[in-house]
Amino acid sequence: MTSCDAIVIGAGHNGLTAATLLAEAGRKVLALEASDFVGGGARTAEFAPGYRSSGLAHIVNRLDPDVARLLRLPAEVASGELLPTVVLSEGREPAVLRGAYGSAGIEGVTEAEARAFQSLKAKLLFQASILKRFLKRRPPEIGKMSGTDIKDFGLAGMSLISRGKEEARDFLRMVLMNVADVAEEYLADERLKALLAFDATLGVHLGPRSPTSLLGLYYRLTGEAGGLAGGQFIPKGGMGALGAAFADSAKRAGVTIRTNASVRRLLTANGKIAGIELLNGETIAGDLVVAAIHPKSVFLDLADPADIDTVFKKQIRNVRSEGNVAKLDLALSALPRFTGVSERDHRGRIVIARSARHVDEAFNPAKYGEFSPDPVMEITLPSLADPSLAPAGGAVLSALIQYAPYRLKMGWETGKPLFEQAVMAVLERHAPGIGALVVGKDLQTPRDIEARYNMPGGHWHHGELQVDQLLVNRPTDLASGYSTPIGGLYLASAGAHPGGGLSGLPGLLAARHILSGDRR
Amino acid sequence: MTMNASVLKALQTHIDQPIAETPFEPRFDALSRYPDWYVWAGYKAAHSLGDVEAEYTALRNAAGVFDVTPMNKYRITGADAERFLNYLTVRDVRKLAVDRVHYTCWCNDFGHVIDDGTLFRLGADDFRLCCQDKQYDWLTDAAFGFEVAIEEETHHVAGLALQGPTSCRILKNMGFIGVEQLKPFQIARYSLGEGTVTVSRTGFTGDLGYELWVENGLALPLWDQLFEAGALHGIRAVGYQALNQCRIEAAFIVPNADFMTASHVLRPDRARLPDEIGLDWLVDPDKPNFNGKRAILSAQAKGTAKHVLVGLEIEGNVPAEGAIIYHRQKREAGIVTAGIWSPTAKRNIALASLDRPFGTTVTEDLWAEIYALCEGRYHKLMKRVKIVPRPFLKLDRRTTTPPADF
Repeated sequence: MTSCDAIVIGAGHNGLTAATLLAEAGRKVLALEASDFVGGGARTAEFAPGYRSSGLAHIVNRLDPDVARLLRLPAEVASGELLPTVVLSEGREPAVLRGAYGSAGIEGVTEAEARAFQSLKAKLLFQASILKRFLKRRPPEIGKMSGTDIKDFGLAGMSLISRGKEEARDFLRMVLMNVADVAEEYLADERLKALLAFDATLGVHLGPRSPTSLLGLYYRLTGEAGGLAGGQFIPKGGMGALGAAFADSAKRAGVTIRTNASVRRLLTANGKIAGIELLNGETIAGDLVVAAIHPKSVFLDLADPADIDTVFKKQIRNVRSEGNVAKLDLALSALPRFTGVSERDHRGRIVIARSARHVDEAFNPAKYGEFSPDPVMEITLPSLADPSLAPAGGAVLSALIQYAPYRLKMGWETGKPLFEQAVMAVLERHAPGIGALVVGKDLQTPRDIEARYNMPGGHWHHGELQVDQLLVNRPTDLASGYSTPIGGLYLASAGAHPGGGLSGLPGLLAARHILSGDRR
Repeated sequence: MTMNASVLKALQTHIDQPIAETPFEPRFDALSRYPDWYVWAGYKAAHSLGDVEAEYTALRNAAGVFDVTPMNKYRITGADAERFLNYLTVRDVRKLAVDRVHYTCWCNDFGHVIDDGTLFRLGADDFRLCCQDKQYDWLTDAAFGFEVAIEEETHHVAGLALQGPTSCRILKNMGFIGVEQLKPFQIARYSLGEGTVTVSRTGFTGDLGYELWVENGLALPLWDQLFEAGALHGIRAVGYQALNQCRIEAAFIVPNADFMTASHVLRPDRARLPDEIGLDWLVDPDKPNFNGKRAILSAQAKGTAKHVLVGLEIEGNVPAEGAIIYHRQKREAGIVTAGIWSPTAKRNIALASLDRPFGTTVTEDLWAEIYALCEGRYHKLMKRVKIVPRPFLKLDRRTTTPPADF
């Protein structure tokens, strides 16, 4: 039996972040990856002969600057040209947000509307900044508040009133509102309202009119790129290059990475972690295991049911984690043309949502296990920035489509071709002739994402990012601070605080917590 | 979907019979001199059949028969049954041999006791858990990930406790050959008509005694043969009041009387660790993880247990049930959860829950404030109490094998 100081399960970006930081602190670290690729959601893979696309995430909008700095990620993958967001609407020109979420101007809307958007954005950024201070630290332990916790609450309170009573009151009024009502209140342009509605709900099981849906937009706006909140870019070389950069950092720090190394179970002794056993029967001893995989996998698949107690087990079973987003990759024989979109803006993020109501109507059937015939989506054309992704003259289209309920009533086997038809019909409306260009395609439903990325429910946040599964309740209150009931076992995936997206923060915060000396 | 009234009515037959009756009910009813019923876990049960003193006397000097059918009974079977129960409960189930019983308790994640009960090992992978509270939900939640089947058999297995010095003689009269060789906590099976009686040398009186378990259909034949076999050996049906006196003498605790179970308490400080209710001796720190182990051991290591269960002897002869215990007659130190004048020990005894350090390091100068209602007026008595070993009454015949013949 081999052994090492720290075993990291899952070589996604969070696992690699934690592994790197532990190795740099002098630990002998082994990172185990079940699949044959590292980087998790940050991946570029061939999906049709000669065509490659990003695996799951297709744009970077919340990579944490501290993670990038600590891992010494190369600038060309950790940053990039800020991409515009183009909101399509049939029968009229698109609205284009330049810079970071419109920081460099908004085109296609009236000047008054652009001003209204900027003022709403400033308000939302202020409100998000109050929440953001809790995203970059370990959540407080209820009943065991430290001096730092109290200080942070104090500082949050002070920053809340720093802009006067009006803004503080607005924060308290808005924080649990639904995004549609907020958009209605401040904006007139349907396309801008649609964008906020789409961005707030992408990846969660909420519609824009569901209470608390504004939180999703705050979460989005706590992300930054190039130092600008709401910014987005595609790394040079694609998402796979970012995943590879995480792996390079780990290797540079001395981490041993093993792919195709699926963990079968956690080994324990006297209630504490003692190592892991691989699917091939090999065992690796270690009294520190960092699970950078879905918490449900950790406790319901890998842990011996006798090693965790019943209340906790039930909490984990009840973590809501059913994905709602499908990923479509199209191999195209030529570059598609989206009506009204300039050539240059095809490089940006194209959002198809004509109104907040459109997003809400796409959500409604998802509540009952159905999909809308008119789904909403965001699109990138990664081959424009990186022509190597497609054969000469060809193009790759990558789309994230809402809502694709994990538990589709008719079953995905039946539903997948029908869903694909619905998506293609929407694309055809906005990019006439695109259907004829398709030479290959790959549609991943949440079921496919679950299987391909070992993510229970196919949920890219590893659990709904909603108010009851945040902070001290992420993934559950009995394991919210990266420590778990099993001594020496820590959580470090998107299922832990603060949540999903390509940030590296759960990995960073988990590693800091471990290195701070917690060895329960 | 809408339901019409008749369908709805058919689904709600329980409304017509709010209290269930055990299969022995007709016999108890016939023997009751005046009805003194109460509701035990949804069943009609006897407080007494009209003469508590005679019933107590039968339990201690002849044989008393108490209906334990309302006890919640769960059958747990399957390849993981032993491993599952070892995880569920605080004692080491691996040490429980087939055809043996042990007393145990189980806790939630925070180490707080959910219930206590007796675990019967009927086969290598076949167990029965008998307890006070409904546990089906907890058992099924805990069983997630284990290969076990859990069956609620409360309502189709009937049980009688036959307790007292002549109980073995009566079973021999029934033709239960070799029953005298049964050791405490051992199980044997005997045929009765077409069926089987499972006999365990267990009970709740601290005396020689047995519990007899049958399928409901065999309940009345069992009763009738038992009373025929015991006619010359003082057999008598008894109610809870007499049994309660015996169990206090034996210092056995009752959930939701001597302590509140974790699933019943609303106030967070009212749940109890095993160490706080005298069950620390059950907890096996050396076995693999069990529910609540981390919390229990951590509380032991940090010394955070706040309460302690003690046996008290109280001066005078006024039962101290419900009395508040004081230190130096001033500072509140706990409460009496059960107290009687013990007819056999001839002592005024009580079980009490004290707030540490009272009962652990501070054991002197303790007082019970007893409110004795005498002819329309409370007499407030301040009586000196002494912490004494439990049980209050230790009977050799409880464990002697074979028991003395009569």
